[in-house]
Parts: sequence; C-alpha cells; structure tokens
Amino acid sequence: MFKKSSLAILLTLLFDLLVVGVVSAQQPTPSDDQVNAIAKQLYCPVCENIPLDVCPTTACAQWRELIRQKLQEGWTEQQIKDYFVQQYGARVLGTPPPKGINWLVYLVPPVAILAGIYVLYHAFRSWKRPAQQADLPPSPSQAPAETNPAQDEYIKRLEDEVRKR
Amino acid sequence: MIANLGYGTLIITFLVSIYGAIAAYIGARKNQPSWVDSARNAMLLTFPLLTITALSIIYLLISGHYEVQYVTEVSSSSMPIYLRVTALWGGQAGSLIFWSWLMSAFATAVTLRKWDRDREFLPWVILVSLVTLAFFLILSIFVENPFVTFWQSATGNITTAMFQPAGTTLYIPQDGNGLNPLLRHPGMIFHPPMLYLGFVAFVIPYAFAMAALITGRTDDRWIRITRRWTLVAWLFLSLGLLLGMRWAYDVLGWGGYWAWDPVEIAAFMPWLTGTAFLHSVMIQEKRGMLKQWNMVLIILTYDLVIFGTFLTRSGVLSSVHAFAQSAIGPLFFAFIGLTFVASLSLLSRRWNDLKSGVEMTSWFSREALFLLNNLLFVGIFVVCFWGVIFPVISEAMGIVGQKIPTLAGVFTGQKVTVGPPYYERATGPQFAGLLLLMGIAPLSAWTYSTRKTLSNAIWKPLVASLVVVAVLWITGTRTWPALVGFGLCALVTLVTLFEFWRATWARHKTHGENLLQALWNMAGKNRRRYGGYIIHIGVVLMALGIIGIELFQTETQGTIPQGGQISLGQYTVQFDSLSVFNTTDGRNVARAVVSVYKNGKYVGELHPRRDYYYESQQPMTIAGVRSNMEDDLYVILVDWQPLSTTGATFKIYHNPLVNWLWLGGFVFILGTLVASWPDKEPELVVLRKAVPAVIKA
Repeated sequence: MFKKSSLAILLTLLFDLLVVGVVSAQQPTPSDDQVNAIAKQLYCPVCENIPLDVCPTTACAQWRELIRQKLQEGWTEQQIKDYFVQQYGARVLGTPPPKGINWLVYLVPPVAILAGIYVLYHAFRSWKRPAQQADLPPSPSQAPAETNPAQDEYIKRLEDEVRKR
Repeated sequence: MIANLGYGTLIITFLVSIYGAIAAYIGARKNQPSWVDSARNAMLLTFPLLTITALSIIYLLISGHYEVQYVTEVSSSSMPIYLRVTALWGGQAGSLIFWSWLMSAFATAVTLRKWDRDREFLPWVILVSLVTLAFFLILSIFVENPFVTFWQSATGNITTAMFQPAGTTLYIPQDGNGLNPLLRHPGMIFHPPMLYLGFVAFVIPYAFAMAALITGRTDDRWIRITRRWTLVAWLFLSLGLLLGMRWAYDVLGWGGYWAWDPVEIAAFMPWLTGTAFLHSVMIQEKRGMLKQWNMVLIILTYDLVIFGTFLTRSGVLSSVHAFAQSAIGPLFFAFIGLTFVASLSLLSRRWNDLKSGVEMTSWFSREALFLLNNLLFVGIFVVCFWGVIFPVISEAMGIVGQKIPTLAGVFTGQKVTVGPPYYERATGPQFAGLLLLMGIAPLSAWTYSTRKTLSNAIWKPLVASLVVVAVLWITGTRTWPALVGFGLCALVTLVTLFEFWRATWARHKTHGENLLQALWNMAGKNRRRYGGYIIHIGVVLMALGIIGIELFQTETQGTIPQGGQISLGQYTVQFDSLSVFNTTDGRNVARAVVSVYKNGKYVGELHPRRDYYYESQQPMTIAGVRSNMEDDLYVILVDWQPLSTTGATFKIYHNPLVNWLWLGGFVFILGTLVASWPDKEPELVVLRKAVPAVIKA
C-alpha cells in the first residue's frame, strides 16, 4: 500500500515537475514575430485602417506590448482577439464578424455578381436567338469572303492597305 | 491684398461659369450661334481667371503669408521653394482650387478643338463642363476657401474669416505648421496632379456623352471624338495610381504598396469603370452594340470621379460623424445624386434610340468576351464600392437598432473595418478571370469566332503555359493560387507575343520589309490595338510582382544589440551602428547602418531611418531597401535605445519579385502612350470608313 502511494506521490511530483517545466517553457518573452502574427490581424483602434503590427504610434506600441503580455500569460490567439473586440469594438478586426447586418458585407458582392451573370446570360440568349434563326439560310452570303475562318480581320486589313498603295 | 485678389477672381470665375452655362443653354435651345459663341468665350475665360487664383495661392505660400490659414496649415519657412509651390495641393482647400484649374484647362483645350462637323455638341459640352466647374468653385468659395485669414479680437481670441470682422486686427503667426512630412516625397508631389488630371479628363467624355444624349446624336460620333480624351484620362489616372503605390511602398514603411484603404479605392473605382468603358466602346465602334451600356459606364465613371475627389481629400467616409460635421460631405452627395439622376433620366429618354439592331452571333466572339471583361471589371467595382461604404451604412443603421429594440442585435450601429482580407478574397478570383480573358480574347475574332476556331487557336499557348506550371511545380512551387497566377501570366504573354509575331510576319511577307520594320509599321498603323497589347504585357509583369509580394512575402522582427544579427530566409542583417542627429531643415534623424549578407556572403549596406519632424510633430519611416529583379530586402528601423550599443529593433520584409510590378507599370504607361498618341493623318480614317458605305449604296 505504502509503496503504491509513494509511487503515486512520486508520479504526481514528476508530473508536477513536467507541468512546471512546460509552464517555465512558456515563460520566455514571446518574440516580436509571435506578437506581430496576432497584431497583423488587428487594426489600430485609434488610427484609421492601419494594422496594429505596422502602426508607428506610441499607443499601438503599447497595444503590442499588451499582446505580448497576454501571450506570456498563456492566452490563445482567439482569446486575445476577443479581448480586443470586447475592449474596442468590432472595428479592430480586419473584416466585420459575420453577424447581424454585417452579413451584408459578404452577401452583397456575390449576389451582385451572380445577378450580373444572370443578366448577361439572358442578354446573350436574347441577342443570339434571332441571329441563329435568321442566320441559317443566308449565312453563306453574310459570312465574310474568307476561306479560312481563323484568318483574322487585321490580316485582311493589312491586305487592304497593300492594295491601296 | 493678394488673398483678396485671389478670392475676387474666384468669385468672378464662378459668375463667368454660371453665365457661360446659361448662355450655352440659351444658344442651344434657341439655336442662336451668338449665344454659343458667348458661352465659348466664357469657358475660355475661366482658365486665365483660375490661373490668377492659383498663382495667388502659390505667391502666398512662397512669400510665407502665414496670416492666411491655408498657408499656415501646409507650409513653413524651413520648407524649400518647390515644396511650397506643391503645397498648393497639400491640403483640401488648395487641392480643390487645383482641381478646378486643371478642369478648366482641359475644358479649354476641348473648346479650342475644331468643331466643324459636330457643332451641335459644343454648347452642351460647355454646359456640362461649366456646371461641374461651378460646383467645385462653390465649394472653394463657400466651404473650403483657401484665402481665409486669421484675425485677433481685442480679448486675444483668434478667429478665421475672409474679411476683417469688426473689432479685430490681423493676426500673423510666426511660422506655419509645415507640409505633412509624408507628402514631401517626390511620389506625393506628382501623384495628386496625375490623379487629378485623370479625374478631370474623364469629365470630357462624359460631357460629350451627355451632349450626344441631349442632341439625340446617339451614333458613335461622341465616342470617336472622345476616344483619345478617354485614353489620356486613363493614362493619367493609371500614372497617378502607380505613383501612389510607389509612394506608399517607399514612405509608409509597412512593406507593401496597397492597403485597400478607402482613399486608395476611391481613386481605383473610376479606373475600374473607365477601363471597362475603354473596352466596351470598342464593341460599339466595331459592332454598333452596347450603346446604352457605354452611357451607363461613362455616367458611373464621372460620378465616381466626383466621389473620388471628395474621398481622397476629406477622409469623410471614415465616420458618419465626420461626414455630418463638414458641410462639404452633404454638398458632394447632393451633386453626385443630382448629376446621376439627371444623367440617367436623359439616358432613359433616349433608351430606345440607343437600341441596336445588331445581334450577338457567337458566345465565343470577341464582343462576347469583352462583355465578360466588363462583367468582371464592374464586379470588382461592386466589391470595392460596397467595402468602402459599408462601414458608414453599418454605423448609420445603428439608428434603426436604437429605435426598434428588437432589432438592436442586428443593427448594432457598431463601427466596423472592412479590410484587405475582404478585398483580396473577393477580387482575387476576378482579377484571375481578367487575366484569363486577356489570354483568350486576342485570339477571338469579332462576330465570327466559334468554339472550334477559338479552341483551335488557343490550345497551343494553353499547353505551353501548362508546361510552365508543371516546371514551377517540379521546382517546388506548391501554392496553388501562385501556380494559377503564373500559368495565366504565361498564357497572356504567349498569346500577346504570338499576336505581335503573327501580324509582323504577315506584313513581312506582304510588304517585304524586314521584321523590325514590319513590327514598327504594323504597330504604327494600329496603335490602339498594339498599344493595348503592350498594356496587357505591362499588366502581366505587374501581376508577377503582385503574386510575388502577396503570396511569398515573409517578415520578421527582432531587437538586436550592436553587432547582432537577424536572419530571414537566405538573408542575414547585421546591426552595425546607429546615429541620432538634427538636420538644418527641422528634422531629428535616427539612422541605422546595417550590413546585409545573402547566404553568408556580404552583399551591401542599408540605412533604414526614422525622421521626426519637429514642426508637425510627425515621424516618418524610411526603409533601407536592397532591390533587384529577384526580390527586395526591406529593412525598417522600428525602435532604438538612446545608446545605440544597447540595441535597436528592426523589422525585415522579404518581398519577392516586387520590382516586376514597377517595371510592369512602366510598360503599362508606355502602352497607353502608344495607344493614345495622336494620329498623323486622321482624315484618312474617315475616308477609309466612307468607302464601304459608298460601295454598299
């Protein structure tokens, strides 16, 4: 029994040591690159449209230090971003969080482009339909007098110019 | 005194513009040439008058009349003369005058052209130009007056007013604040004038479009007259954008050239619709189609130019509150709204006249591909426009949330940022689509291309570009957007070069000229086409640079002691020394010396520095850049300890291929110059056009 419990204590101690080891591995100050990786995704809350990693103001330098401090405390990237949003509002994020009216940011452009494709498709069809019907019988007379359809119109123009000279 | 002279001529110019617009209207409506002549003279008078106004501001700037608010805001005695001259466009009030002056210059040049065969356009072109000019003059006179002066009351309060308020004396500050240091870079000296030239030049094709709608001459005459004006506008706008990009790269110190900032996008939007217009007018010229669409595009471009002018200087769209505070915002929006509605109602009146009887014959014809090109350009524009205005809409809609509590969760009224990730994701595929079209369209023919002819023409370059992709894959490129991008670049390059080769060879065969001569003459005969192809090559080169920096940029940052090193990829940067000193022009400079090693071999020395301007209390970061066609090593001095031996913080960017962007820019501008170069024998074109008509008859 004793042996078992002492083994347990020993294991617990070893485990603790391991944990301490892991924790102390987190202790060194996070590097500038680690800080910038997060700062890059955040926008300076005071300057317009400047990512936090490149903003030269003192305030932004302090915010970067804050990120470093939070990283050192073991916060995850998401927790730090959430903290900034909570403190300074959604404007610190590079793109609006997809909720409420913000969905419009992501929906309007694709809808507009799809609508454009739809309009264009219908315009094409309405342009093409009469042309196809009308084209069939008289097409030999309407087609240009070219034997090779791949021949481009500017080669024709070159020849026109030759004839003019 | 000079301020009064400048302000006086400004008011006279405004009155002359209003008179000219009215005279043009009467002349056109009553068909009285004398009124039109009078309007024309009024138009011509605006330029010398505005020149006096602009010179007055320049005089005040050079002679340091700091009692004038604008002079204090943008200049100081330590600034060299050339910067004081360019401070004319260093602030909003001066920029607006500069805008009006350029607008008047362009409108004058148009007025002086030969009007023999299209005299009915003249009064309406004058009317549109003068109304636009008058709007900008209203802004300058009533809202952003550059001549407003400081006055001091008996109690010591300082106020600003154009004319001396009762009980005050003139207040002359010792010195000005100086131009924003960021605006002292050569790129920023030339960037605004180029952009503004592009903006104002787009007013000309719009004026002709309106003239065509009003007079009912809805054939493509207006397009033929304005073809060169549009190209010139586009040239300047492109140049303005490129210079702005270069300026951002050199001065803003974040290792990039484009941040999708609303101000950048404001200048980019008219470029997008303008580019769509340049392509789609070709369909109208060749096939007589899309007349309505071209009108829509030029109206859109004109209003985006006004919108852009307003955005670039005011920054008003950054917040609803800023918008409400300044009188300039509502005025701009009223003008944009009015011109947009008026133009569209004119268009709807002529809608049926603009219908063409011509049909699209093939899905694979050049005109069909050009339509897809238009769809993509307009698609990118929609993404940009929406991204710019959404934050304002979101903030403004907060009112709904306040009024209706149940909707408070939806309409939070929270300010949001729509940043680069949105634009990059939404426009990236569309830009790729444009590259693809650039590769296909030159191989298609007007009207008669079919799937078969097109696939016959394209399979060889397509296979060749797939070989390029395969080689890139084998050599280790695994980023699929890069593989797609490089593949498309290869396709466009091959197709475009093949087009040059094919035509040159044909001419070589038929004319017996040597190949170089044949190339020169062939391109000279159809400058628009071959200028366009050169532009396409320019775009490909730019795309290489963009792919390089966007997909392969790497960066690192670190604080190192003197003699310490930071590595990034193949490069190692060693911190040698740092000196901090004051300059005679009012700067405190911190300048580091770093040695650069590539694969362990010394390749040179860089001097990243930070300039602090005492007057304006602004810092400016100047990167040390080692630049060649392969890559840029871009070193920024982020921070330093007072004693340089303690250490300094550097940020290092590795920007592969970025120089191809600038090279592409040069090629792009060269192509535009080729396309817009004046024809020697314009009458010949008309003659040639007339011949088939006679034969048909």
